[in-house]
Amino acid sequence: MHINDLPVPDVYDLPDARGRFGEYGGIYVAETLMAALDELKQEYARAKADKAFMDEYRYELKHYVGRPSPIYHAKRWSEMLGGAQVYLKREDLNHTGAHKINNTIGQALLARRMGKKRVIAETGAGQHGVASATVAARYGMECVVYMGAEDVQRQAANVYRMKLMGATVVPVTSGSRTLKDALNEAMRDWVTNVDHTFYILGTAAGPHPYPMLVRDFQAVIGEESKVQMVEMAGRQPDVVVACVGGGSNAIGMFYPYIQVPGVRMIGVEAGGDGVETGRHAAPLSAGRPGVLHGNRTYLMQDAHGQIIETHSISAGLDYPGVGPEHSYLKDMGRVEYTAANDDEALAAFHELCRTEGIIPALESSHALAYAKRLAPTLPRDQIILVNLSGRGDKDIPTVAKLSGIEL
Amino acid sequence: MARIQTVFSRLKSQQKQALIPYITAGDPHPAATVGLMHALVAGGADIVELGVPFSDPMADGPVIQKASERALAHGVSLTSVLDMVRDFRRRDAETPVVLMGYANPVEAMGYEVFAKAASEAGVDGVLTVDLPPEEAAALSDILKAHGLDPIFLLAPTTPDWRVAEVAKHAAGYVYYVSLKGVTGAATLDIDSVASKLAHLRGQLSLPIGVGFGIRDAASAQAVARIADSVIIGSRLVQEVEEHGADAAVRLTAFLREVRSAMDAARQ
Repeated sequence: MHINDLPVPDVYDLPDARGRFGEYGGIYVAETLMAALDELKQEYARAKADKAFMDEYRYELKHYVGRPSPIYHAKRWSEMLGGAQVYLKREDLNHTGAHKINNTIGQALLARRMGKKRVIAETGAGQHGVASATVAARYGMECVVYMGAEDVQRQAANVYRMKLMGATVVPVTSGSRTLKDALNEAMRDWVTNVDHTFYILGTAAGPHPYPMLVRDFQAVIGEESKVQMVEMAGRQPDVVVACVGGGSNAIGMFYPYIQVPGVRMIGVEAGGDGVETGRHAAPLSAGRPGVLHGNRTYLMQDAHGQIIETHSISAGLDYPGVGPEHSYLKDMGRVEYTAANDDEALAAFHELCRTEGIIPALESSHALAYAKRLAPTLPRDQIILVNLSGRGDKDIPTVAKLSGIEL
Repeated sequence: MARIQTVFSRLKSQQKQALIPYITAGDPHPAATVGLMHALVAGGADIVELGVPFSDPMADGPVIQKASERALAHGVSLTSVLDMVRDFRRRDAETPVVLMGYANPVEAMGYEVFAKAASEAGVDGVLTVDLPPEEAAALSDILKAHGLDPIFLLAPTTPDWRVAEVAKHAAGYVYYVSLKGVTGAATLDIDSVASKLAHLRGQLSLPIGVGFGIRDAASAQAVARIADSVIIGSRLVQEVEEHGADAAVRLTAFLREVRSAMDAARQ
């Protein structure tokens, strides 16, 4: 798409009062959860307007998370790619090693404000589970994390991390035993224990107000980037790239840029074995709209509306839906969505390790893979900003195994 | 007159309450479902609720989740569930059938196509668990245009203003979820249900069914004293899980026991 064709909106004030981003989003849950969501929506509105709350949130991001996270110019990798300059927003340097904690801090502060002593969370790769266990320990709350039984196997180190911080990890054996089933189970827990439990949802999906709430807490990524890019390069990037599973790191990066002219944005989904094979986790690239987990959005589903199993090398992107705001941004054309395959992500993973001494998460490696494809096609004076959403320590056993190495 | 309304008026004149059992369509096998539905009617069911299996049944406990998984493993879809209802209608033209399921299979088929097909198959009501009144207007209007009753859930936590919203869209009966949690959970607190129902009756003219936590003749009898209908789900699905297609005889026997306990409720 030519830069002048970017549909930059003059006004962008979404979601509306019903939690809608155009036709997407909304509140598709059983009656039993409606009161709790309403309570959360009202409390969040009060908290956002409360200077003391926002000050504490910012204090915690600075002194506990270590924000602002730096932007780094990956000069050697850019040189190797032979085109545009690649800059990395280093969310991997946050406490707990990923962007997830920006959101869990915010939601834990909300939980405390609402007097809830118990928090629950779903997790795929374990990053959101770790970030939830971390803040629960930090604020002295009981924490239960639901994790697909298959992911418990794939991400043993993160399971142990959560336990070290006092959380209970519950393996979920229903359905496909992955992230979507963990989310179902967390919702079931919430509906049962709603009086004293706060559900810390990890991605910018789910019923309203979660997509808005998570976006707002993650928007610090893009807000910092807007300031830092001017400091470092004297201008905003030409292209911003982020990986998209549920889409929380991507919306955190994109949201502050939606009304900035001249900035192309690209969301990269998990292409698995290749979008054409059907074995992937790319609902925006190859799915169609439907209703799952409380919102209307693009989904991976069969002709009968059953949710189908996803495939990705990265547990954190292994999700059949996507945050509703991404569906809206796709349809309006403000953000372009594409996919990177397992192999491409893995190649980018190794390149970044070798050329920059940075081990990226496999999730973030999908965004890197697209940058690797795009950079050589652009002139050297162009800038690509990649959201490096997490570090790859947790993925080392997976990568080693793929290389035939037993650790 | 619509079948559901006919049932409730007849029962009202007899001073009886409706017995509404639930089973998941296609569990344990698609070929078994119609037989099980007839077995429920033989046991005294006034209305049959038929669960449409969904891959992600967020509001259901483990018993109904597993039933959905078993059905889906046999390739059961909303289309084949409608075929089952059509088949059921060949021998039973009177007992209302209510489909209970999640929004996405209906979304995938299309509201208009679904409503027309469901009406032609002999369905009487549709409960879409994850369509609260805020999201249900479009589907409810189309269902009504095809003579189908949109059934809604009410919860202990539903505030008055939302009861009014439900009243605008609902027809047939409303389904009061008697406890916090998912289907098949815990036991119910009959006194708190009774006081909530008394309050709801001031706001709604539709019959009120009570479900969640009813597991035996005694709890069914207690609910029959305060509600217009008794809804039993997980307990029956458990029977099907344990005895497969052979569950038919057991379902009939169990419901007979429940039925006579309910009919004795007024004495």
